[in-house]
Amino acid sequence: MTSTAARPTAAGRARSVARYAAGRLATAAASLAAVVVAGFFLFRILPGDPVRAMTEGREVTAEQREELRRQFGLDRPLWQQFLDYVTGLLRMDLGTSFQYREPVADLILERIGPTVLLAGTGTLLAALLGLFLGARAGWRPGGPGDRVNTAVALFFWSVPTFWLGLLLIVLLASGRGFMPGLFPTGGMTAPGTTGPVSTVLDTAWHMVLPVTTMVAVIYAQYLMIMRSSLMDEKGADYLTTARAKGLRDALVRRRHAVPNALLPTVTLLFLNLGQVVSGVILVETVFSWPGLGQLFYSGLRVPDLGLVQGLFVVFAASVILMNLLADLVYPLLDPRVRP
Amino acid sequence: MSAPAGLSRPSAPRALARVRRREAVRRFAREYARNRAGVAGLAALLAIGALALAAPLLVDQNELTVTGAPGAAYQPPGAEYPLGTDNFGRSILDLVVWGSRVSLTVGFLATGVSVVLGTLVGMTAGHFGASGGSAGRFVSSALMRVTDWFLVLPTLVLAVALAAVLPRGTGTIVLAIGLTVWPATARLVRAQTLAVEARPYVERARALGGGHAHVMVWHVLPNVMPVVLAQTTLLVATSIIAESTLAFLGVGDPTTVSWGGVLEAARNAGAISSGIWWYMVPPGLAVAVVALSFTLCGRALESVINPRLREQR
Repeated sequence: MTSTAARPTAAGRARSVARYAAGRLATAAASLAAVVVAGFFLFRILPGDPVRAMTEGREVTAEQREELRRQFGLDRPLWQQFLDYVTGLLRMDLGTSFQYREPVADLILERIGPTVLLAGTGTLLAALLGLFLGARAGWRPGGPGDRVNTAVALFFWSVPTFWLGLLLIVLLASGRGFMPGLFPTGGMTAPGTTGPVSTVLDTAWHMVLPVTTMVAVIYAQYLMIMRSSLMDEKGADYLTTARAKGLRDALVRRRHAVPNALLPTVTLLFLNLGQVVSGVILVETVFSWPGLGQLFYSGLRVPDLGLVQGLFVVFAASVILMNLLADLVYPLLDPRVRP
Repeated sequence: MSAPAGLSRPSAPRALARVRRREAVRRFAREYARNRAGVAGLAALLAIGALALAAPLLVDQNELTVTGAPGAAYQPPGAEYPLGTDNFGRSILDLVVWGSRVSLTVGFLATGVSVVLGTLVGMTAGHFGASGGSAGRFVSSALMRVTDWFLVLPTLVLAVALAAVLPRGTGTIVLAIGLTVWPATARLVRAQTLAVEARPYVERARALGGGHAHVMVWHVLPNVMPVVLAQTTLLVATSIIAESTLAFLGVGDPTTVSWGGVLEAARNAGAISSGIWWYMVPPGLAVAVVALSFTLCGRALESVINPRLREQR
């Protein structure tokens, strides 16, 4: 914080910004290291060795088990396995999938595009909808608009994500009963779609239900955050000033209150990314969307622990990196917390 | 001091405290009853709880097995099976009634695990951060770092990974959910602990020679409990949704009937894309109703405990 009494020099400010950034980077690095260690020990030290979990419910001879163990390097001492795993990670090597017989990193790279498309569209729309409705609700707390909005948001928050997706499929895609099958039941494109324009249109068509599901489940938290943030802002003096100038109520809200209330929501938007990851896993599973979430589900079914471990590390690391980004960007947006 | 007064005195403060406590409970009930959504949630929960307890009387457990299924496959809702039958011919109504047992049990147990863990971590961090010297501050900040780490991790991924690695069973599900949802409680409890520790009566207790354990158990804990209670109610909703999610992803306990398990079976049987709506609507609706009821109760409790929220609403 800068104080007016002793205004720091430009060099001093640069130093404190650097110190702030270094602190955040160190925290993120420690978190990443913890994820790497957790990813290793979670899948190895816990009871039930990975090979037994992999072969559960199947006829496997003792020799086959030994063979698998050797293949995955599980016969070697633990510290050596850990060393291999860490050096592998540094080379972007996440191990091999038991099920696909392919490097996990390749599988992830193949499927990251559809996930980013789905999660990005879903989050963006949910944030826009949630912030818009939250600003309305928070401006008149307790009013009829607020009551309806909060009730609807609470209901969607209580509904399991995957069930909402299943419901949409039965209602709008299965073509049974009184509703025609308006949308595809799953997948990203229909087989046999060619040409860039029709591929884009077909993908958008396939995205309608998955994105709707994601938005319905995650917009509620954006609404609640914006609502309480705006309620905190409501008593501020500058709003009285704006009103005293004779501005219309809607203008006071839009031009003065909302921009300030938006600031604290930014960090929270990033903090909620963990829930976006959870949402995308379920939505992709329900709609057979060929992304990381479906890959995670297919890894669980086998179970293909190498794949699940790789995805665990990738999911956790991406959430940590996004949080770091939020920490670094926030001071640029809000001068009040600038170091 | 005369002897009679000295004799009567020990009982007087206790009687006074009892009267006050009874008054406080009555006031609490009155405030809660004013919140209509909270009352509706509570009523729904009591009804569902009674149903879950009475389930063994209402449902023949033999008819819940695949081999003992009483009806034909995929019968739509009708007089005999009010909610239709599944792909094996089992009554969906029976499955949903029986499933409430697993969902509620796991919900409560997982919440118990996370509340105990969260309260322990949060109170330790808050207490020693406020009054533990430099070593205490170190412990406190280390605990909060761990909490933040868990808070940032994608909950579902961690819970699924835990459930996939540990041996299958209800205990595993309880543990997987409990170990992933505690950080929010820990943060809340820490904040409340810090607020309580700043009050003069805690300083008085410390000045009279009260140790860490004494201050935490007798002075901080009772004041933290109300906030924890509201949070607990909200956590049950989260845990029940998490349980159905894990079961749906196929890492649940395959030997029991649960709402998420029924939904997984519906999907695996292809009932979703062929539009057999009566197979998947009831269990999901049950999850939603129970989760919503707990959420409504939690919010009502919160607004009773925290008057600032009440004025805003």
